[in-house]
This record gives sequence, structure tokens and C-alpha cells, in this order.
Amino acid sequence: MSTETHTHVQGAKHHGGPLIYTANLFALMFLTVVTVAAASFNFGSANVVIALAIASVKAILVGLFFMHLLWDKPVNAIILIAGFLFLGIFLMFDFLDVTSRNNYLPRNMPNMENATPAPDSMNPLKTPAPRPLDPAPAKAEEHK
Amino acid sequence: MERAVTSGARIGDRPRPKKNYLNETRGFKSWALTVDHKRIGIMYLVGTLCAFLLGGIFALLVRLTLLTPAHKIFGLQVTAETYNRFFTLHGAVMVFLFIIPSIPGSLTNFVLPLMLGAKDVAFPRLNLASFYLWIVGAVMAVSSMIIGAVDTGWTFYTPYSTTTSGTVTLMTAAVFVLGFSSIFTGLNFIATVHKLRAPGMGWFDMPLFVWGMYSTALIQVLATPVLGITLVLLMLERVFQIGIFDSRIGGDPVLFQHFFWFYSHPAVYIMILPGMAIISELIPTFSRKTIFGYRAIAYASVSLALVSFIVWGHHMFVAGQSQLATVVFSALTFLVAIPSGVKVFNWLCTMYQGNISLETPMLYAISFLMLFAIGGLTGIFLGTLSTDVHLTDTYFVVAHFHYVMMGSTVTAFIGGLYYWWPKMTGRMYSEKWGQVSAVIWFIGFNATFLPQFILGSRGMPRRYYNYLDQFQPLHVFSTVGSWIIGLSLFMSAAVLLASLRKPADAPDNPWGGTTLEWQTSSPPITHNFEDQPVLENEPYDYRPKAVTH
Amino acid sequence: MSTTLPDIHSHGGHDEHGEHNPYHQHHFATMEQQFDTSKLGMWLFLVTEILLFGGLFVGFGLMQHRYPQQFIEAHEHLKQDIFGRPFPLYGTINTLVLLISSWTMVMGVNAAQTDQKKKTVRYLVLTILLACVFLGIKYVEYSHKFHDGLLPGIFYAHQSEDLIKGTHGYATFFAFYFMMTGLHGIHVLVGIGLLSWLVMRARRGDFSSAYYTPVDLVGLYWHIVDMIWIYLFPLYYLIS
Repeated sequence: MSTETHTHVQGAKHHGGPLIYTANLFALMFLTVVTVAAASFNFGSANVVIALAIASVKAILVGLFFMHLLWDKPVNAIILIAGFLFLGIFLMFDFLDVTSRNNYLPRNMPNMENATPAPDSMNPLKTPAPRPLDPAPAKAEEHK
Repeated sequence: MERAVTSGARIGDRPRPKKNYLNETRGFKSWALTVDHKRIGIMYLVGTLCAFLLGGIFALLVRLTLLTPAHKIFGLQVTAETYNRFFTLHGAVMVFLFIIPSIPGSLTNFVLPLMLGAKDVAFPRLNLASFYLWIVGAVMAVSSMIIGAVDTGWTFYTPYSTTTSGTVTLMTAAVFVLGFSSIFTGLNFIATVHKLRAPGMGWFDMPLFVWGMYSTALIQVLATPVLGITLVLLMLERVFQIGIFDSRIGGDPVLFQHFFWFYSHPAVYIMILPGMAIISELIPTFSRKTIFGYRAIAYASVSLALVSFIVWGHHMFVAGQSQLATVVFSALTFLVAIPSGVKVFNWLCTMYQGNISLETPMLYAISFLMLFAIGGLTGIFLGTLSTDVHLTDTYFVVAHFHYVMMGSTVTAFIGGLYYWWPKMTGRMYSEKWGQVSAVIWFIGFNATFLPQFILGSRGMPRRYYNYLDQFQPLHVFSTVGSWIIGLSLFMSAAVLLASLRKPADAPDNPWGGTTLEWQTSSPPITHNFEDQPVLENEPYDYRPKAVTH
Repeated sequence: MSTTLPDIHSHGGHDEHGEHNPYHQHHFATMEQQFDTSKLGMWLFLVTEILLFGGLFVGFGLMQHRYPQQFIEAHEHLKQDIFGRPFPLYGTINTLVLLISSWTMVMGVNAAQTDQKKKTVRYLVLTILLACVFLGIKYVEYSHKFHDGLLPGIFYAHQSEDLIKGTHGYATFFAFYFMMTGLHGIHVLVGIGLLSWLVMRARRGDFSSAYYTPVDLVGLYWHIVDMIWIYLFPLYYLIS
């Protein structure tokens, strides 16, 4: 149940307006030009950061003005932010994994350089993938 | 407001209205095109219970196959391939067609608007669309079984799922559709809770069931889209070999597990939170006592939903994830124990010095407490890195998640079904036989799954067709237990269905509950309430008080 | 908590002013409550859209991490030769087209809110036209890729000294390119369908300052499609 006590019917009062929307459009087009121009310089790995930062500013402008979040009930903005937040969690933990693989080897790891290489028959990359429904005596499915 | 409810009152204080939601309109079309949340709830109930039956048959077949090392069912030889299909279909049907949609789709659909004092959910047509998407998904899933069955396990792990000749594409398409059904249900509940609460009902005046289902809905909306896209990627990988999951064409199989568990770990909470939500209703009602720590339980529900999003890596400790990630995920996993513990503590404190009556729903609720305690505590073994490496993919895991998914959620679901059955149908069932079914359920469940902890810790791997002879006694024990579970479920079905044959006899408030759904007639009228209910008391107010007129 | 709420049991949908609104659904107390609820539902739906695309963004990011060099080489093929320098011409134009269409959309919503019926129709039609321009440019882009054999997975058939077939990463880049721009394109198509429906209703005179919910909600949808493109554009056309 809405907690608002004011009684305006839909359309009684509106924020925003053509002037603000048009100004916002020009700001967005300007930022597009800036991001294309910035991409032609080489800032190293900062390029991606700059591009995403400009994109985020543009997204915020679209959200605040075109989608009326600036004047809307805060719950809608919270929902949108939550969406990006959980996407961020997904991205962060995935990168935590892929960027740290092989960084931490056990202390008693044997020196693999002098080890005898495994025969090709044991190397999955050098043998064709088994046909899935080949009759195998004990079909072992090992996943959780 | 008139409310003649004191402890244990069982008064049907109003004449039963002639028209209710069941008999106001008749005919197939009046059901197929209904937008009434109560009718959609009933249809969901019938649908998900059919899925439960199907999944249960596969479960019995899995257990029967493992009864002897010879793998014969009534003299028929079960091959390893057939066995792979049995456990896959058992898992897929139970997870995607039963547990995830059952409590939200059926009981919650029916009860949640009533509890809020609303006339319907926020988007009634979307609600019906959700049900039909469930039907489409179910038809696709069942046809994939008829055409050629899936043998990947319900998790569809790559690289096996991208190479097997089973009907993985159709099955994943079915799950994709079911995902959208789930999203629509969740979206509807969030909007309903935000906007359709009765006048006077603030956020902390809502029944705890609503809090639990609100948390569930948050997960449904935030996590399920990722499952959708994961399954699309899997289908494209199978059909067009786009090179994301298959290492032979440059993909990363571990990536699939990240994508899959980003949904499927929160999905575990889509399954358990509704169970907890039901228990939060049953315990105060049958203890005739105000719930202990209302806000703590409410916050615990929401924080469980949030924590569920940052622990998925504990499914991948030995899957090739980096060691740093395993350590981080293991540490975060222990966070889950805090809100779970808070809840169990509060439920027990509610029962303490309560006026407990052991009616059928309460017996299921007490079973829940015991089974959830075992399921939750064994989860700590699996969240701990060092023990999990030993226990990964053994029967210990199987037993753990069955204690949580089945021992907790399904127990709560059956308890909730008994609890709201008089409200849904207007009929009381045989209390005695209901109680017997609850006791048999508890015995059968433990007989089936306790031995599996022992099997697992001794090294019996899950999903294996063959096993060492020394494991046979425990497998026999477990299989016999599965028959006891089956007996209990058939008994419940008989008890409930038998009640439909007699005329409506249930009072409006058979259990003396304090939440709003008990203030309308049993069964409710089409528009739920004669007059807009206005909330005047805090929820779970069982203090005896003067009857005001 | 409000105590001034009217009796929601009265059928037929009257708001506080006693005016009958034909779009009022019986389970809402007021039109305002109904509008707020619809909007909340739309925002929740938009979040599922963000997470749906988000999965692809994460997959793209991880694959770019796996094959950084190949992704950079492949993305050069999204650029065109402008005065002897590679420039993402199609991508930039499409970005501007979508931004302008967002502006026409919001102007359409504003016109509906202020009872300017003719203007509403005009802005909505303009939005549809801009969406068609976007898809037209996309079609040109796609046909170049088809011609060059720069396609996902088993369809990859590029015959040239660079981006050699069989090297991991190239086909994956184009798989993501087609999946993400394709899914976005499907959303644009759906948007065109929704906008056409709005035009039909607006011409019929359904919308006014008392009821403009569908225009507002389709507007939100259209802006989220724009917002997703705002992120797609730099990731595909500007990485270096």
C-alpha cells in the first residue's frame, strides 16, 4: 500500500520537461564524442577504465533524466542499483578466480620439469573425446 | 475490530457464505482463464504435485537399482546408461519442476495476498502467464525424456553436456522457460508486498511467511536471468560450438560452473527460504505464543537471500577454481550459518514455555527443526575446505542436500499444505491419520538418508552405478527407507483427498491463527474479504485479550 | 501509514475524485497505486534484463581476459576505413541514433503526460523510424561480417592472412559479438512492436494526463535498451 498521503491523480504534476531532456541529449552526444576521441589515444590499460567510466556517466544521465529516477520514488532507483550491484558481484568473483589461477602452488609441489611426461593415451588433449554412450561397464559421473 | 480469538479458539463465528472462489464460476474455461490468485495457486498445486510424483518415481527407481550390486528391478536388468537417466531425471524434475515452483506457485500464491489483506497479487495476468510458462516448460521437459532422456545430472556440467548425445538442448530449453515462469512469480510477489499491504500494515507488521517469500522473490528476480543466459550459452555451445565452455575450441569448462552456480546456489535458497517461511507460521500458531525475535527472523530471511549470492564457489572447490577463490568462498560460506542459526534459535525460543499442541502441521514443523539441524550442520563439513576435498561428490553430499531440500523444504511444504488445507478447500482432514503420516515420514526420511552420510564418509561416490560389496547393507537400508517415505506420502495424499469427499466443515480459523488469512471464510470468497481488513495488532499476538465489539 | 485510503472493496474503480477511470483494475485502491505498482513491476523486469545481458557481459569480459590479443585483433574488423584511418563509423552513428531515439521517446512520454495527443503520436513514430535506422545500419554491418566469414563457432570462415581459422579466440569474439548485438537487436525489434502498439492506442486517444502508464513503461524499456547499448559500444568498438 502506498505510503503517500498526497492525492494527486496520475499526471497532476510532472517534473522534467523538454528543455531538460534536450540538454541531456546534447550532454550524451558530447560524451559519445569524448569516448570515441579518448579511444584513439593509448593510455594502456586505463583505456578500458576510461571507456567504462564514460559509459557509466552516460547510463546515469539516461537513468536520472530520461527514466525520471531523479524525481521518482527511491525504490525504483534502488532496484536498478541492486541489479548492477549483483552483476558486479558476479563479475568480481569470476575475475577473482581467473586472475589468480596457478598463483598459489602447494609448498611441497614436486619439480615437474624433470618428471616423466604422461603417455599420450592418458592425455585428454591428444586422444579424441570418447563417444558418450559407448558401453562402459561403470559409467562414472563425477559432478556435484 | 471484532476478533474473538484467544488461545486455542476454534470458532467459526460467521455463517458460511454460499459463494466462494471454488463455486462462483464453473467450467473448464473459468479455471483455464482465471486470474484469481487462489485458483492459480490450486492449479500450481496440482501441477507441481504431479511433478513430485514423477520425480518420486524416478527416486524409487534409483534406490531400487542400487538395492543389489546386480542392478535388477523385478528381474529386469538396469544398465548404467539407464541408471544415469534415472538420477538425472529425478534431479531435474524435482529441482526445476517441483521444489522451485511448488511453494511459491501453490501455497504462496494462495496465501500471500490473503495475509496482506489484498484482493489479488499485483499482476494477476502475469501470474497466470507464469503458470502457463510452467506448463510449457513441463511439457518440454517431459518430451525430452520421451525422445531420449538426459544423462548429465541436473547440473548439465560441461564438457560432458556439450558432447553427450542425450537431449540436452531440449531439456535446457525447458529449464530456460521454467526460469521465466519463476521470474514472473517472484516479480509479482515483490510488487504485491511493496504495494498491496492492507491499510495499517507496515513492513514489520507483515507475517514472517511474507518476509520469507519476499526474500525468495528477490533471489528469483536477481539470479534466474543468469541461469537463462547460461543455458542459452550451453545450447549455442552444443549446436554452434561458439567456444566458451568447451576447452577443445578454446573455452573454459570451469566458467560454466561459475555461471551455473551463480544461479543455482541462490536457487538453493529459493528452495529453503519458503520452507523456513512456512515454519515461521506453524511454530507460533501451534505454540500459541508470540514469535520470539520477529525482527531477527525477518532480517535473517533477507540476509540469507543476500549471502546466497556470494558463496557459490563452494560447489567448485575441486573443480579447477583458483586456490585463492576457494579460500575466499569457503570463508564466506560460513556466513550462511549465522542467519540460519538465528532462525532456528528463534523458533526454539518461541516453542519454549509455549502451549504446544501436536497437530499434524506442528509434527511436520518439529520434524523440520530436527532434519534442518542435521542438514545445516553437515553443510559446515562441506563448506570447510579440508573436509570437503574428501567428501566432494560422495553420498555425504547427497545426504546433506536431501536433508535440506527434502527433509526441510518438502517437510515444510507438506506441513504447510496440512495447515492451509482447511482454508483452501474448506474441509478438515482426519487428524489422526495426518499425525501418523508425519511420524512415518520422519522415520522413513532418516532411514533413507542417515545411512548415506555413512556411505559417503566411507568413500561411496555419488552418481555411481557400481559399488563395493561392503556398501550393500547400507544401500539396502536406504532403499527400504525410500519405501517408507513413499508410504507416508501416499498416506498424506489419501488423508487429504478423502477429506474432499465430505461436505465443507472447516471453520474460518481452525488453528486459532492470528494472521489475516484466517479472518476470511474457509474457503475464501472470490474477492478474499467481505470488508477491507485493517491491521490493528502486531502479528502473532497470542496474548489473551478482551473480546471487543 | 495512510488512514485516508478509500474502501478498496468498491467495484468499478473510482479514485479519490470520484471520477471513473476505465483502466482502473479492481484490486487497486487508487489509480496512483496502480501506476506505482506497474512501474515497480517494470523496474523489476528491467533488472532481469540487466542481469540477462550481464551474463553475456561477464562471459565477454572473461573471454577477453583469456584471449586479449585475439580480441583486439578481431575488433579491428568492426571498424571502417575513414580517410585512411580505422574508425568505428557504424558503431558511432548507431550510438547517436539510439540516443536521439531515447530523446524522442521521452518527449513522447512528456507529450502524453501533458495531453498533447498529436505530439505523442508524432514522437512515437519518430522513435520507430530511428529504431529502423538503427536496425538498417546493423544489417549493413552484419552483411559485411557474413561476407568476410567473421561468424561464430562452426560458421567461422574467414579467408585471410590475419584472424586465421582454428586459432582460439577469434570465433569466440564474433560469437559474443553476434550474441550480444543480436540479443540487443531482438530487443529493438520488440521495442518497435511495442511502440507500434502505442501509436495505435495513442491515435485512438487512449492516453491522457489521467492515464499514460503504457507510454511511460515502454519508455523505460526503450531507455534500458539504450543503456545496454551505451555499454556495448565501447566494449566492442573501442577496446584497444
